[in-house]
Amino acid sequence: MQAELATRSRQFTRARRPGAAEAVAGVLALFFLVSAIAPQVLAPGDPLAIHPLSAFTPPNFAHGFGTDESGRDIYTRVVHGTQYSLLIGAAATAIGLSLGILLGTLAGMFGRVVDFTVNRFLEVLFAFPGLLLALLFIVIFGPGVATATIAVGLSTAPGYARIIRAQLRSVRSAAFVEAATVLGRTRWQILLRHILPNTLAPLFVLATLGIGQAIVWAATLSYLGLGAEPPTAEWGAMLSAGRTYITSAWWMSFFPGLFIVLTAVTATVLGRSIDRRMRHA
Amino acid sequence: MPRVLARSLRRLTARLAGAVFVLWMVATVTFFAVRLIPGDPAQAVLGGPGSQASPEALAAVTAEYGFDQPVIVQYLAQLGRLATGDLGTSYALNMDVAPLVLSQLGGTLLLAVLALTLAWLIALGLATWSTRGGTVASRVGSSLEIVAAALPHFWLATSLIVVFSIWLGVFPPISTGGVAGLVLPVLTLAIPLAGFLGQVMRESLLSALESPFVLSARARGESERGVRWIHALRHASLPAISLSGWAFGSLISGAVVVETIFARPGLGRTLLNAVTLRDVPVVIGVVMIVAVAYILMTLLTDAASRLVDPRLRLA
Repeated sequence: MQAELATRSRQFTRARRPGAAEAVAGVLALFFLVSAIAPQVLAPGDPLAIHPLSAFTPPNFAHGFGTDESGRDIYTRVVHGTQYSLLIGAAATAIGLSLGILLGTLAGMFGRVVDFTVNRFLEVLFAFPGLLLALLFIVIFGPGVATATIAVGLSTAPGYARIIRAQLRSVRSAAFVEAATVLGRTRWQILLRHILPNTLAPLFVLATLGIGQAIVWAATLSYLGLGAEPPTAEWGAMLSAGRTYITSAWWMSFFPGLFIVLTAVTATVLGRSIDRRMRHA
Repeated sequence: MPRVLARSLRRLTARLAGAVFVLWMVATVTFFAVRLIPGDPAQAVLGGPGSQASPEALAAVTAEYGFDQPVIVQYLAQLGRLATGDLGTSYALNMDVAPLVLSQLGGTLLLAVLALTLAWLIALGLATWSTRGGTVASRVGSSLEIVAAALPHFWLATSLIVVFSIWLGVFPPISTGGVAGLVLPVLTLAIPLAGFLGQVMRESLLSALESPFVLSARARGESERGVRWIHALRHASLPAISLSGWAFGSLISGAVVVETIFARPGLGRTLLNAVTLRDVPVVIGVVMIVAVAYILMTLLTDAASRLVDPRLRLA
């Protein structure tokens, strides 16, 4: 969705120097990357180590984000959980984008009949809105991290396909394509050298924007008990475990959720910023 | 006039035919999707290998679904059943799926309609406020929208419960009945949606305010309020109206989370329970109903766009 908004907004965003939002998003992105690649640097503890005596400690100096029902440090768990969420989000986005590219290219490049067929197919997929397609997929193949990842990827594919199709069609009618045709380039030369490069560049933006959404959806599935399971330090699973103690230990739910929101916002801000830069480059 | 009438009649028929086609395809996709479940399909309908279904139950399901028949016969029989409104039987709940799903539909529709309305109001307010103020208002507005759009339903719901139910004690954390119980679920669904709609509206409002028809309205001496609320906003609401079909779909999938957290009966919770129990007939029943609702909603938003935008009526 963010992706569709970004492609919509192109003419109203002006190039400007990186603002405060972009700077904060950059720092956060760095933080999340370090958390994912080397969590020990930011949180030296063991995310699964239990200390029953210090269970349910509210946020304090020793435990910045508090502890859970087994005395595990929430901050450590949240930092170590970044790799699950980012990996699931990236994998789901890769699946969604690949399917989207396949369908979008078919529809945008191969004549009216194919376009009509793919469009009807996309309409059918859109009739399974949001997580419905993912839930149907999970019913068929059973819950788990792998199925949840594929399920989220599948749910995002129709949206990508539509954007890519629109992008291809607009590039295809651009003046430089017409020029290449006049110069006598073959169909495949035009497709590979002129149309594809101009369609694929915006895909980078789509992917950045899409990862945020994919992380939110994957965490939702884990929260609903259909993805990663506790005590895995995955954010959605942590929130799901915190649900039981919501009346007494709000911090168990608050901080994992905060990290999900921050990653999603970071992805949106960075994606839009890259988008602006590419348009004015 | 008769020509205009004939044209809109033709359009309506085409749209309805398209809707029927999509529904048929949805039925086809779900039919073959169920055949993808590994193992004995009768066992899958009864909840998978873990359910230890009795041989009698297996035989009953095999007979009901005709699993011993060729696939094409099964497919046509399934379409025939769907056409007569028969969605099969839930083995986990031991009741017919169609009345079960229909009984849950009302609660979810109420939630979705209230959330969609509230989201529209918030988005309108944010968009008009942030385009009228200076750069600060526009930055604050767009930041609010981006953050709101990124809020996961399950976290927003939990946070609202902690603040408004546990700390302040204003609204109940469980939404079984009454108006007070609706407040938190509706807010949970409306806030992220308002973020999306707000972004779209603000962008199209900005483009409308720079367009020639606004200039000519100003030149005619219309008040700033008249220009904004009558001319620009009508134009700016168009993309948001066409997004509302998508929004409705996302509300239904948000209802899965919200109804579960607030222990509120409805389609979403029914769906999640069915997914957890692998109650295949109920899952398909809910999916079919949602598809019908979604298609009706897109037809509605299409009609609303024509109502607001006279250019579409001429085309």
